[in-house]
Amino acid sequence: MGNIGKAEQRLLIGNEAIALGALRAGVTVAAGYPGTPSSEVLETIAREKGEGVYVEWSVNEKSALEVGAGAAMSGARVLVTMKQVGLNVASDPLMCLNYLGVKGGMVVMAADDPGPISSQTEQDTRHFANFAKLAAFDPSTPEEAYDMIADAFECSERIGRPVLFRPTTRVCHGSASIALKSPLPVKKPDGFKKDAGRWVIFPRLSYVSHVKIEEGLARLADEFSSYRGNAIHNAGKGKKGIAAGGVSFCHVLETMRERGLESRLLKVSTVPFPAKLGLEFLRGLDEVLVAEELDPVIERELIMLCGSSGTRAVIKGKLSGDMPKAGEYSPDLIEEKILEFLGEPERKEKKPDIRAEESQPDLLNLPPRPPVLCAGCPHRSSFLAVKEASRGHNAVFSGDIGCYTLANAMPLDMVDTCLCMGAGITMAQGIRLASPGTQNFAFIGDSTFFHTGIPGIVNAVHNGSDIIVAVLDNSTTAMTGGQPHPGTDRDASGGKARKISIYAILSAIGVDSIERADAFDFESAKAAAVRALDKKGVRAILFEGACAALSGSRKEPCSVDGSLCSGCAACFGRVGCPAISFRGKKASIDGASCRGCGLCKAFCGRGAITGGGAL
Amino acid sequence: MNIIIAGVGGQGAVLASHLLGRAAMSSGLAVRGSETIGMAQRGGSILSHVRIGSGACSPTIRIGQADSILAFELCEAARALPYLKQGGALVACDAAIQPAGSLHGYDRREMADYLKLAAKNIFLLDSALVDEKCGARCLNVALLGAAASRKAIPFSAYDLEKALRGKFSGEAAEMNVKALRFGAMLAESMS
Repeated sequence: MGNIGKAEQRLLIGNEAIALGALRAGVTVAAGYPGTPSSEVLETIAREKGEGVYVEWSVNEKSALEVGAGAAMSGARVLVTMKQVGLNVASDPLMCLNYLGVKGGMVVMAADDPGPISSQTEQDTRHFANFAKLAAFDPSTPEEAYDMIADAFECSERIGRPVLFRPTTRVCHGSASIALKSPLPVKKPDGFKKDAGRWVIFPRLSYVSHVKIEEGLARLADEFSSYRGNAIHNAGKGKKGIAAGGVSFCHVLETMRERGLESRLLKVSTVPFPAKLGLEFLRGLDEVLVAEELDPVIERELIMLCGSSGTRAVIKGKLSGDMPKAGEYSPDLIEEKILEFLGEPERKEKKPDIRAEESQPDLLNLPPRPPVLCAGCPHRSSFLAVKEASRGHNAVFSGDIGCYTLANAMPLDMVDTCLCMGAGITMAQGIRLASPGTQNFAFIGDSTFFHTGIPGIVNAVHNGSDIIVAVLDNSTTAMTGGQPHPGTDRDASGGKARKISIYAILSAIGVDSIERADAFDFESAKAAAVRALDKKGVRAILFEGACAALSGSRKEPCSVDGSLCSGCAACFGRVGCPAISFRGKKASIDGASCRGCGLCKAFCGRGAITGGGAL
Repeated sequence: MNIIIAGVGGQGAVLASHLLGRAAMSSGLAVRGSETIGMAQRGGSILSHVRIGSGACSPTIRIGQADSILAFELCEAARALPYLKQGGALVACDAAIQPAGSLHGYDRREMADYLKLAAKNIFLLDSALVDEKCGARCLNVALLGAAASRKAIPFSAYDLEKALRGKFSGEAAEMNVKALRFGAMLAESMS
């Protein structure tokens, strides 16, 4: 057996490490809204928590943060999780909460997504920290995240303000073997204590708080110069130095170790910037290359530091055009940039030679494989029902955030707009105003409906709009891995929860007409869409059908009778199901991936497809 | 040691890399890596990076630095190929999963021939046979078995079996162990 010590070693992805680190630090309330790459943190807390820890999937990030604020004001240690765009939704309470402060440590984890790999923006939460005057922690690895989340709780409780914790995708979904540590001593929450002068935000209090916040940040900048997450890694040879943060630091370190490079290396993992450490780093250097994903936060700090201290060094990075301004930084990119900066020769065996002489040119253009709606997905049927029903109408399809955004791809081509959570319904209203003669559909998933969809429908009804809201209810938050939401009967820990009826909400708002359709019954779903199109005002169609990825329900798979198939490719070319392929001028259905929804049968003019349900 | 696992979303790349990680840890080795989780999982291209040993700093592997590639699908094997070191091992399932709704498919035989030319140290696992004997859900574990036989990973099938039994119990464990042994046996008998 191996040489693992006494401490329990576990193979953890970063999000699991963050969750276990938070539990170790005595978190008792955890709330969040799912969003890649942040979702596994709360799932892990729900799975691993002991007695006395409460975890919830909140209706949206703003609610999660406010639930957390109340608990933290009452002395509990609180973790709130979301992805970076979720922080936009939670920004109102977070901005204000900093002025009130907290009693128990409160960490707001917002996961950034360089690339972006699964997000609408490449925004940088470290900027948000500066804007909101909050401290932020930025781990480089899962094991650092495990320790750093405890530091974040300690820091928050000590300064009496919420702090941000900002991992990026490669930390959240990176994995590492981590030695778990024993729980930290934490004092029990003593409950809410009335103090109007402290917990009620008024301009006068805000002014006083603002002064204290600025003083606190200046103190933190000093303290962070000796924080373990910020450090100078090589005493340094030569007049060139490298500064890095986040996962870029790991890429830098790997290249430097491999090449035996000894340039001075600064790691920065906090906001505010550790200015004293920064000055020590700059001393004697002529040039610095900054490696950080997303925005040039460390780079700007170093430039300002040069200016305010009279230090002479050229700072190179995104602003100087030496590093790419957008996209993820691969280890290859960082290696190339460092070697170029230090004047070192390139790696010899940089590219494998396999392609040079032996490759077949036609195979070098490998067919792309974008993500698609699953075989048996209820959304495919709902989209096709609306698509068929609205033929001949001048219809505009506003989409929203979720699996169903994938319906923008051919052959469905049913998403004309997508902006942010809940925006489809309200954007459809705007498009209707400025586009006479159009029919305006807004597609929204069930979890997104609760998240920020409802106010848009209230807005439409109250202001007399003329749109069709199509709610795609698959009874889960599918894209992020199947978390429960208020329309389901489960809570975050798998317990029983009160299920809130989407139909009852639509009806209470006073939507002019509501159709309810079984998404898997294509003809009825289409008929419901036709009826909605015939009416005026705010209409809703509630398409119901369980998520194929989670429900596990399978019917007998469909199959193609080759003697009947005319090779028209309608099933393949119009349905876009991953189980259908087209080979040798005939359609073919893969029995292992087909779930027997039977949707394709509605598109076969020859009756060549048998098996499955519906039709 | 650097290992790339390539496949299509839903084929079980995350489990495969997790099992490699567990096997490494029971040998007292450090592990680091990166998964594709999220948007791309819906039938998109998947790449997992597994790095074994204490020298690895980055969670991802650089181009031309992988000691081996384990691929659950032919086209994804070709897509991952630039990661392979000269002389590195490629262990891939011989099945083709055509990209959904696309007429720009590829020819399975041509792709396999290309891979054989491109990587000298290659083993193609008979996916249809694994499906028939062990079920399509176990292809990922069968490929690990084959990789162990081909010495494309620094563990024996027995090490992986222990990792599997640490992760699963009951019927799921037996089903996976059967696939693991079957994959290992196929690679053994073809070598």
